[in-house]
Amino acid sequence: MQHFRSSIGLLLGTCLAFGSGMAAADDLVISNWDGYMAPEALDSFTEATGNDAELVLHGTNEEIMGKLIASNGRGYDVVFVSSPFAEVLQNMGLAEQLDHERLPNLANLYPEATELAHDPGNQYSVPYTWGTTGLCYRSDLVDGQPDSWQDLLNPSDELQGKTTMLATDRWLLGAGFLAKGYSVNETDPDKLADVRNLLIEAKESLLAYDDTTFYAKLVSGEAELVHAWDGWCNYGIAENADIEYVIPREGSDLWVDTMVILKGSENKEAAYEFVNYVLDADNHRWASENILYKVPNQAAMEALDPALIEQFPNLGMTPDEMMAFEQLRNVGDAQRAYSRVVSEIKAAN
Amino acid sequence: MTNRSSLRFMLLILSATFAFLYIPISVLFALSFNASGLPTAWTGFSTHWYGELIANSDIIGAALNTLIVAIVSTLAATLLGTLLAIGVEIRRRKGRVLETVIFAPMIIPDIVLAIALLSFFSMLDFRMGLHTIIISHTVFNLAFVCAVVRARLKSFDWSIVEASTDLGATPPITLRRVILPVLTPAVVAGALLAFTLSIDEFIIAYFTAGSGRDSITLPMQIFSMIRFGVTPEINALAVLVMTLSVVALAISQRLNRGRLPGQ
Amino acid sequence: MTDRKPVYLMTPALAWLTAFMVVPCLLILALAFFRRGIYGGIVYEFTLSNIALVFDPLYARIFLKSAGIAGLAATIAVVIGYAAAYAIASMPRKRQPILLFFAVLPFWSNYLVRTYAWIVLLNREGLIVSLARAVGFDGDLPQMLYTETAVVIGLVYNYLPFVILACYAPLSRLNPEIHEASRDLGASEWTTFRRVTLPMTVPGIATGFVFVFVLSIGNFVTPALLGGGQFQMIGNLIYDQFLTANDWPFGAALSMFLIAIMMGLLTLQTFASEKASGQQRAEVSDD
Repeated sequence: MQHFRSSIGLLLGTCLAFGSGMAAADDLVISNWDGYMAPEALDSFTEATGNDAELVLHGTNEEIMGKLIASNGRGYDVVFVSSPFAEVLQNMGLAEQLDHERLPNLANLYPEATELAHDPGNQYSVPYTWGTTGLCYRSDLVDGQPDSWQDLLNPSDELQGKTTMLATDRWLLGAGFLAKGYSVNETDPDKLADVRNLLIEAKESLLAYDDTTFYAKLVSGEAELVHAWDGWCNYGIAENADIEYVIPREGSDLWVDTMVILKGSENKEAAYEFVNYVLDADNHRWASENILYKVPNQAAMEALDPALIEQFPNLGMTPDEMMAFEQLRNVGDAQRAYSRVVSEIKAAN
Repeated sequence: MTNRSSLRFMLLILSATFAFLYIPISVLFALSFNASGLPTAWTGFSTHWYGELIANSDIIGAALNTLIVAIVSTLAATLLGTLLAIGVEIRRRKGRVLETVIFAPMIIPDIVLAIALLSFFSMLDFRMGLHTIIISHTVFNLAFVCAVVRARLKSFDWSIVEASTDLGATPPITLRRVILPVLTPAVVAGALLAFTLSIDEFIIAYFTAGSGRDSITLPMQIFSMIRFGVTPEINALAVLVMTLSVVALAISQRLNRGRLPGQ
Repeated sequence: MTDRKPVYLMTPALAWLTAFMVVPCLLILALAFFRRGIYGGIVYEFTLSNIALVFDPLYARIFLKSAGIAGLAATIAVVIGYAAAYAIASMPRKRQPILLFFAVLPFWSNYLVRTYAWIVLLNREGLIVSLARAVGFDGDLPQMLYTETAVVIGLVYNYLPFVILACYAPLSRLNPEIHEASRDLGASEWTTFRRVTLPMTVPGIATGFVFVFVLSIGNFVTPALLGGGQFQMIGNLIYDQFLTANDWPFGAALSMFLIAIMMGLLTLQTFASEKASGQQRAEVSDD
């Protein structure tokens, strides 16, 4: 027995030794999606400001949110999340109220980008990219030009089993809300039931729910018409010039991915410097040029190569056009009804 | 126990099973040499992705972290789980609470254990890192090891233990000389199982890791790269991991043979 | 051994489980009795409404559906896995560890990598279809990917090694003398298997089944990728409550419901398998 007990002691000892060995807490820790900022950005940031920084990745908003909430927002300094999640961070008291004096590059933003509904005046979050949600399709395979959400939800015979919809709950419901002409933040139970029925019917003609590889399905021809974010549709366009993006006539939502500084950050100085660094016109332009997303940075967008906009027309959409669309907002207590509806749709046969 | 025809039947079963197990592996093997980045078209043979892989220190670092987590948590879980199994099976009286606690790690949804451990560690102001992943993986791993070992013990003849005790052996000696040798195949099976579970586990690792790069494991790295599907780089890594495992096995076989010339 | 010793053996593991599972999980599961805050935090106000919500036929349906898929996957995996384990155990002893190693090796690649390999195999423009076309088949092939079948294939594939390992453990040391004795008494190979081998390995089969069942019912990756997100497993449902909806109280309530049902099933299983192996063994000794 003695033997076993000492081996357990040894084991615990090893574990603790591991723990104390890792004390690189002075680095600025940034959590972002993979490939969402320039690979060399951190090195040049360190060079420019003298702050050491490391990048960690999250696959989805949900993962990083779960981690921030369960740990009370500790360990991270700057996180990239979509606007409804930035709103939650603010409401839960985890987001730092921004001191604009320390972010002089905020001046580069379009005036529209400082009046976003989820956070007017950029008090807790800074927009990083923005865009719309619509239809991405193979113009060589689909007859005519799709222009309505009904083309996705109620597809023609040729498109049966060749469409995909976004799996993330808010965007999935969003397609239904827009098709019915409702607000994307609708909470009325009857309208929610309408949308549920519509989406359950639509499920029958669907190939899959997919929010990661839908563009690859278009490229291979496995799918011909997919529900997509404009920026991701561009990945498909880059592989196959016959792929096109269209915003249905009933409208779209305006999605915004943001940067949030955590209140619990122990490196606030460096965190501000980082956000300010990203907002620099040249640095911010990287996102448009490489990940093909629109950035809300006027100085950056004006310097964009017109040839790029010609190849990816949705990059040319103006802030004015986008502001016509409603943003997804946190719906508070109605979230339970949303979750239930999504469960009903996913569980329907 | 075998005559010729039943041996042939056994070989047939084995080949069919191994074919099933290795079909997807051959696909990813082929894709790792595909010049194209998308898995949809074969555009020619290339070792380009292996070069990318070796240059990608993030992936290599994550793979090493995974190995550390898997090995340490497997050792801990094998030790704890085997003792637990022996203890439970010696006791004739089965307690419901005890059984529940032992089965629970297999049943509790991963996300619950993940969030529970993260909340718990941050409540206690516990520093997070690879060690917290190891602690957490040991929780479910030990339950799986315990279950495998118990399956073996159910058909164990406890009268030899009594005989050994009657002959004056102390309990530790009985454990080491009588029980453990019989259990070895089950313990090895349990350890392999634990290692395999740990090497692939994502959600608990993600939540119980520290926030920095130094505690990122391979599944965490790969899940976060899913945005672009699985790149051939990752396929190349999978091929490399399996190849290295086979090499390691071959070397250990060679060494064993050297030490035990009689075998 | 006196009755005090087993406690000693169990102490380290039980201490570990208490510290790193029982206590943390009870703290989270207790949230089922509190209210969800308007933005997803917890309001510490006692309520039974989360528990009541669980007894919605929708969730019972999702549970039954995922139990059906998990049960099917577990059954198939046990049949294949038991046969494979039996075959491995009947090979020369020196070869057995190597065979086990190669049975497990594919699973050291990565779950996502393997799942994507299946997508490449099964999709409409995929390898299986291309192969069928190459050999001259030009009819319509049924959609394989994004169906329940694809989910079951994925689950069986990924959890098969666990069945092989669980079944190999009790098969590995089946005393050859028992077989000889049984055969000397005139029993055929089949009778020996049915009367001797099978009963002694029932615990391994049961363990393997439980492994696949519990891992499948809690899985949330395979239904999303191979099922095209069109099936909601109970694992997805709980995951979504905690992470997507940020609704910890309801997630906790659903988890308690799942844990309670699974514990019930396990009790039944333990009871049944102990009875089965006990009875069979009694029969053998009667003969």
